[in-house]
Amino acid sequence: MFSRAYRTVVTAPPLVWVTIFLLVPYALMFCYSFWSVSSLQTIVHSWNFENYRELIEKPLYWETLLRSMWIAARVMLFSLALGYPLAYFLSFYAGKRKDLLYQLVIIPLWVSYLVRAYAWKTILGSDGVLNTLLQYLHLTSHPLDFLLYSPFAVVLTLTHIYTPFTILPIYAALEHIPRNLVEASHDLGATPAQTFWRVIFPLSIPGVVAGATFAFVLSLGDFLAPLLLGGPSGIMISNIVVSLFGAAYNWPLGAAISLGMLVIVVSLLFVSERLEKKWSFA
Amino acid sequence: MFSSTTPVATAVPAQPTSKSTLLSIRNVAKTFGRNVVLRDISLDIAEGEFLTILGESGSGKTTLLRIIAGFESATSGEVWMGSERLDHHPPYRRRVNTVFQNYALFPHLTVEQNVGYGLRVAKRPEAEIAQRVSDALEKVQMTAHARKKPSKISGGQQQRVALARALVNRPRLLLLDEPLSALDANLRRQMQVELKSLQREVGITFVFVTHDQEEAMVMSDRIALLRSGELEQVATPREIYSRPATAYVAQFIGHTNLLRAEIRDGIARCGELSWRTPLADGPALFSLRPEQMRLAGGESAPGLSRVRGRVVHQAFHGATELIRVQCADGLVLVVRAPGGSVGQNDVELEFSGSDAILVRESPERN
Amino acid sequence: MSGTSHVSRPRWLLVHAVAVFAFLYLPIAVLIVYSFNGQGVGGFPPHHLTLDWYRTLFADGAIWDSVWNSLQVAFAAMAISLAFGIPAGLALDRAQFPGKALFRRLVLLPLILPGIITGLSLLMLFNLSNTKLSLLTIVLGHGTALISVATTEVFAGLQKLDRAQEEASLDLGANYWQTFWRVTMPNLKLPIIGAALLIFTLSMDEIAVSFFLIGRDNTLPLEIWGRLRRGITPEINAVSTIIFLFSMVTIVVWYRLRVRAEGGAEVGAELVQTE
Repeated sequence: MFSRAYRTVVTAPPLVWVTIFLLVPYALMFCYSFWSVSSLQTIVHSWNFENYRELIEKPLYWETLLRSMWIAARVMLFSLALGYPLAYFLSFYAGKRKDLLYQLVIIPLWVSYLVRAYAWKTILGSDGVLNTLLQYLHLTSHPLDFLLYSPFAVVLTLTHIYTPFTILPIYAALEHIPRNLVEASHDLGATPAQTFWRVIFPLSIPGVVAGATFAFVLSLGDFLAPLLLGGPSGIMISNIVVSLFGAAYNWPLGAAISLGMLVIVVSLLFVSERLEKKWSFA
Repeated sequence: MFSSTTPVATAVPAQPTSKSTLLSIRNVAKTFGRNVVLRDISLDIAEGEFLTILGESGSGKTTLLRIIAGFESATSGEVWMGSERLDHHPPYRRRVNTVFQNYALFPHLTVEQNVGYGLRVAKRPEAEIAQRVSDALEKVQMTAHARKKPSKISGGQQQRVALARALVNRPRLLLLDEPLSALDANLRRQMQVELKSLQREVGITFVFVTHDQEEAMVMSDRIALLRSGELEQVATPREIYSRPATAYVAQFIGHTNLLRAEIRDGIARCGELSWRTPLADGPALFSLRPEQMRLAGGESAPGLSRVRGRVVHQAFHGATELIRVQCADGLVLVVRAPGGSVGQNDVELEFSGSDAILVRESPERN
Repeated sequence: MSGTSHVSRPRWLLVHAVAVFAFLYLPIAVLIVYSFNGQGVGGFPPHHLTLDWYRTLFADGAIWDSVWNSLQVAFAAMAISLAFGIPAGLALDRAQFPGKALFRRLVLLPLILPGIITGLSLLMLFNLSNTKLSLLTIVLGHGTALISVATTEVFAGLQKLDRAQEEASLDLGANYWQTFWRVTMPNLKLPIIGAALLIFTLSMDEIAVSFFLIGRDNTLPLEIWGRLRRGITPEINAVSTIIFLFSMVTIVVWYRLRVRAEGGAEVGAELVQTE
């Protein structure tokens, strides 16, 4: 139906923009990762593998990466654990309030990351609301240290931020399940619990994969929450990158790590897309 | 108005002869908010019979089926199966299975797994499941497709799988919610025959819901005609056709001529038509089927009534023609004549007065 | 019909739902409450309610400057994202061309990529091209990242569009361009407005990408961030409260628009799909 002129007009501008501002930057990042920094704090365009060697040899980077993955994994699991039942409730049992409750879910989704991270910072501090509340209720006698400036705080905050991100695709997947399948299952003798595990959950897997991927990938690359709430023990891989582009001034090394992260993320997206396809039954 | 000897069909549920009652629906009513969908339905369904609940959309037929299945609960009234209250159990504890309108096959399971679902849920041994599933698939001729997913088979095939999935559990009652409505005409006719013979073979009680009166006539042992939430008539197809209880039944099933007549001294008069009748004096409504009228030729036989008219429309239906004839007073009659009859403009029709059946009025209901 | 009307709702499910909503909203509620607290950010219980912090906020010049900067950036980003995102949405829905799958993935990538990667890669581009960091570079960053939002919304809107309408238009004698402007675009009005609202909000709140592209002028989130590094003041609670209220209103308006356009309740989910 559509002429070549239309096709060109419609695909060319975004393609050009995306090439200049996405593809070229990634390509540049690739180039940077093979360069190095001179003692005069300038970037030297000499091509070598030093950065990659450093990454592989020094344990710091591996450890931080693994710790970041562990934090991201926990965020993903907690977000799913919190989000799935809520999505299920919303889809199957919310009745008349469905619309209102759905809006209540998406509002936190788009409200500023900073606001929410800041909120937790004020709550978890040693003079913060939670500690003073606990002392006020005589549940504790002194402030709990681990609440803030720890991986715990990072996981908690990121879970708070990314739970709505998991609720949405799971909810969408659940909504797409024809209700007569649930009735058919009951008709054939399955209790609601059996129906959930045999029919509803399997059909919701694409939504679960999408939500889990989102939570994991975004948590993995997060640097703001660790800076605000992580303390020395909560440093994540992106924080290393940030400092390499800041005070530690080693752009090439930072680029190498970023490139590594890009590769990891794209691979995860690829896997996730495959999984979703495998579990969709039109 | 009616004498006690009048052979008028009634709407009281006719009890089928030699069988016992499996399902007893007693005074069931259902209201959604302010919408009254079912009013005071009472119906007994016999063991092993093929009963069709027939009605237009909005008549409440699907709601009634869902109440039996357990997906809705009646606002008032009771449903009994044998000596037990059926409506006290959730759907997964009833020995009732349903074939859904859009089949509701599980898209993530193969045909085999779909059919075996109920048995797995009941934790039957695997060997038994395999055997029963393969038997069921064979009965519906879907053995070759056992490993396929529903998206890979046609609508007609999905329908068979849905049937197998329900029957394999050996329910006491099988409910079918307009299962053939998504099929094209030829496939539909074929499935009607197959369903009927399948039911005879397995001997399970079928309750079939449809809006298609021809389908109901072809398949059923008895038909329960539902209108606006009330039962108009419950009878065998032959009886419901030849002895409709009300004007609605007469018009819904097949074609008919509704004649509003005045009876005086044993003669019923409707416009130019008149015929002998043993009924008492007064106004009366009659139903006369098009095939009970004939294009007259030559001498009229005694006892037959005649009327003149002009042909206004003729429709060819293959084996028969459906001819619309307008009488002098404006009354239009529908006559069924053998296919190929050439309708001249002016014709004379004849019929026997005893073929005119007295029917009750069907007042408007909301 | 939810398919479960004959089943009673499990109690634990309701409890869980309430608990999760509490988890999502209590921290924000605390934030808001403490913006009125005379004693500042910590301590329980709050007492001495006051509007002082809001007064301080309104007198704070630097904050207002950054708000103005953010507004400029947001509108510019909106323009860019829509200008490139709408054609991209049309391309994905209608046109067939080689590499379409790659194109789609590329356009949608920034939505799921951590902001740091988008930000840093652009930083390197600006560095090598000797572009000075400023509000302009932030605009370019936001625009790039948010094209995917416009694309997804337009695409979703197009999917719901009945092709028969366009075919009817052609049948009645309109050519392709006329059909596009008279039939297709009017149906895209609501999704485009919705996308604009969403892009605006996301740009105003954006911090991860902006972090690396900032020049001399701060956007609002970066201004707040700077202060956070120096120490917490309840003034930040006040500005956070206001941000929250504005965002909330915008999101609700966006949601209503989308529901009016499509009637579906899974509004927003398309942005969180990876496919």
